[in-house]
Amino acid sequence: MSELLLAALLALLVALALIAIHAADLLLAAIALGAYGFVMALLWAAMGAVDVAFTEAVVGAGATTVLFLAALLRTSRRRSPWPSRLRWIAAGIAVATGAAILAVSSALPQWGDPAAPASVHVSPRYLERTIPETATPNAVTAVLADYRGYDTLIETIVIFTAGLGVWLLLGRERA
Amino acid sequence: MIERHDSVIVTTFVKALTPLAQLFALYVLAHGHYSPGGGFQGGVILAASYVLLALALGRESLERRVNERVCIAVGAAGVLLYAATGLAPLVAGGNFLDYSHLPLPVSPVRARYLGILFVETGVMVAVAATMVSLFCRLAEREPGA
Repeated sequence: MSELLLAALLALLVALALIAIHAADLLLAAIALGAYGFVMALLWAAMGAVDVAFTEAVVGAGATTVLFLAALLRTSRRRSPWPSRLRWIAAGIAVATGAAILAVSSALPQWGDPAAPASVHVSPRYLERTIPETATPNAVTAVLADYRGYDTLIETIVIFTAGLGVWLLLGRERA
Repeated sequence: MIERHDSVIVTTFVKALTPLAQLFALYVLAHGHYSPGGGFQGGVILAASYVLLALALGRESLERRVNERVCIAVGAAGVLLYAATGLAPLVAGGNFLDYSHLPLPVSPVRARYLGILFVETGVMVAVAATMVSLFCRLAEREPGA
């Protein structure tokens, strides 16, 4: 993918984030956030992380947006204004965090660097042994469900427990 | 409350699309071994097909097909399927989640392949059921009612 297209997608990402934060109409904010998730998915796909892109597209752009819309149905499309002091404190923290990340970003390994720590630790072993050990050509699936099975099991428990908790809380007011 | 959409185009299109979306969800799960996808993505697509039904045909249409309480119990069954796939190798003398020791009449490599499929199915069921139950609860009331 050309640099120009990537730059355009990144600019779109920032614009959508600003819309999602500043929109007075929360319906617009929810849709902008969904579009943000979709642009994120395109960027992941452009970087070759297709499994992550797929998840971002269905969860970030799809499921989250639907849940936000359903929540808006129960509440209101208008947001209450922020207290102005809190607003400045939040802006200060955001700018400081952004500046800190920018300052250290040059120390990170180049994207796709084969000598980067992430590429020389356990990744080569997974890539070499996945097919002989699990007969699964998609190494991402084998890492998620087999080599890292504990993480995925606990992740699934977290998702279910969180969902169950919200489901029970929302059901209370019906009684 | 979400009412049935007025347009016959929308309702007909959604009725036609729903089974295709559900079939695609199963494909994404089953083909996760060979291409991007797996239980998580498949589960969300499966849930999305039910949400789409509710958005286009009204919430009653979803209620007729899905019982919320059964649905959340199915989600728990998904988590238990994952945990059971982890526990089964313990019975056969292996470690927790070591699928090569699954008590199945296949080679250890094939058993790991099947083990991945079982846990991915568990993830799919858990994710889809949790999301549909949540959506049912969120969508059930009038604003401010």
